[in-house]
Amino acid sequence: MTDPTIKPLTMNFGPQHPAAHGVLRLVLEMDGEVIERADPHIGLLHRGTEKLIEHKTYLQALPYFDRLDYVSPMNQEHAFALAIEKMLQIEVPRRGQYIRVLYCEIGRILNHLLNLTTFAIDVGAMTPLLWGFEEREHLMEFYERASGARLHAAYFRPGGVHQDLPDGLLEDISAWAKRFPEYIDDLEGLLTENRIFKQRTVDIGVVTLDEALDLGFSGPCIRASGLPWDLRKSQPYDVYDELDFDIPTGKTGDCYARYLVRVEEMRQSLRIIHQCIENMPSGAVLAEDHKVTPPRRDDMKTSMESLIHHFKLYTEGFHVPAGATYTAVEAPKGEFGVYLVSDGSNKPYRCKIRAPGFYFMASIDQLSRGHMLADSVAILGSLDVVFGEIDR
Amino acid sequence: MPADLKTQSDLANVFDEQRQHLAVVLQKAPEDISIFRGEITVRLSPDQLIFALSRLKDSTGGEFTQLSDITAVDYPGRSERFELIYQLLSVTLNQRLRLVVPIAENAVAPSVTGLFTSADWAEREVWDMFGIFFDGHGDLRRLLTDYGFEGHPLRKDFPLTGTVEVRYDDSERRVVYEPVQLTQEFRDFDYESPWEGIQTSMRQVDASMIDPASLPKGDQND
Repeated sequence: MTDPTIKPLTMNFGPQHPAAHGVLRLVLEMDGEVIERADPHIGLLHRGTEKLIEHKTYLQALPYFDRLDYVSPMNQEHAFALAIEKMLQIEVPRRGQYIRVLYCEIGRILNHLLNLTTFAIDVGAMTPLLWGFEEREHLMEFYERASGARLHAAYFRPGGVHQDLPDGLLEDISAWAKRFPEYIDDLEGLLTENRIFKQRTVDIGVVTLDEALDLGFSGPCIRASGLPWDLRKSQPYDVYDELDFDIPTGKTGDCYARYLVRVEEMRQSLRIIHQCIENMPSGAVLAEDHKVTPPRRDDMKTSMESLIHHFKLYTEGFHVPAGATYTAVEAPKGEFGVYLVSDGSNKPYRCKIRAPGFYFMASIDQLSRGHMLADSVAILGSLDVVFGEIDR
Repeated sequence: MPADLKTQSDLANVFDEQRQHLAVVLQKAPEDISIFRGEITVRLSPDQLIFALSRLKDSTGGEFTQLSDITAVDYPGRSERFELIYQLLSVTLNQRLRLVVPIAENAVAPSVTGLFTSADWAEREVWDMFGIFFDGHGDLRRLLTDYGFEGHPLRKDFPLTGTVEVRYDDSERRVVYEPVQLTQEFRDFDYESPWEGIQTSMRQVDASMIDPASLPKGDQND
């Protein structure tokens, strides 16, 4: 008698696959078209960010955070800047805090636009992507006008933001924000009640709340499972505690709920953007403590002390008191944490980056077991993974 | 930390209560529980880890139901070379807690995958990056590094440039591995000033700690 059991078919998904959202090699064990086991092989984009940070001064290490989740760079910088500020106990000027929050929410919309539209294209809808990338272009223009770079901004610095906003930018952001709900309505018109979209996403990749906590989920993915948990509300940083916004939650924890939560989060982000623009205070954007922040350019022409500060900051950098902190922000994808260990010198002794996507990726096996092959693409899209932050 | 507690004495009181509570829950001496910048850290030995995590996860007033992250820090000079760091989060209490577990270089850490599924990849990453072995982890493969990689990159004695580089060899028609060759020697600049320089921690130095003899004399020219 021959053995009647059939060895499952092993299939490679990626590393170069448009629906893998980057460089993911997913080894799937298939029974027909049903996934029996999914084994993600990650690390194809591993650049040794944490090791590199240990060899750089705090200021030099900051741009690495743009390159983690390159879809929403400033939100990552925010976590690192906050961690340093916590260790140094420096206060950020009000205008600096408002600008940061404004740009964090722009980053959130940037991220959700990319995620929702590519998710839609993964399950067969082309149009949202074409429309959404036009809006992303406007947002990246706002990035560029503030920081000089469309993606790798290096704009948030310990103590505030690098430079003040140019004239007229706030008005333009405001005009854009008034117009943008129309796009969200169009997007929803295409997807929310779309029969094909719902067939591909409803009841696919269901995560219960207990599972979500156990798997280390955060951000929209845990909110889709029904927990109103948002670090902007529960552990507010900068001026989030003064702003009025709601935390959308889902009920079902499936791919569709994650989609709905992100759509509503874009609307809430718009509310925050409007409030930031209305209440934007005047004044400095960077702390005046020139042991940490660079002096103004025109001061350097006249003041010897400023010149020395500038020279010392950009060679030796500042020293951070010995100790450790875990500082987390609500990045668009979830809890983005920085565990920073300082030995009192000018370089971080250890900087661990806790990326939300890392734990989403780890859950792929549990989520996609028993689903069809095509569903794994929907699950992957709905979890919102970017390999810059997963592989680090 | 709740945001409405602003004053230092309020914080100190709350922390004292938490410390007493945690000491009871974990059966630890209060001295092992410290606070820095409002973050609570508990130091444990590896054999206490599983007990502590299960108490923290399941006891009332603990409820740390999410393990946010596991990482390690390398201190090559110490007898217990590594520190394992466990970041816990309680969404009901809105609180974070950090467990620090010192562990020797060749010691084996207990795996906590039985308690938290999120520990699965986190432990794989620590194994990959630091070479700390976890006992009881079902699938402790390397995670981030290349297939067949040697060494543990985040150890302090691992060179920043790595040891091998890859390129596509046209004649062999495959990717080949070669030892790293640098056209210029790797230079790790030490910008740290031998003088005091920009010492932000200076502002927090207690005046009583400064030895008057070390202060510059007024009659010296410098």
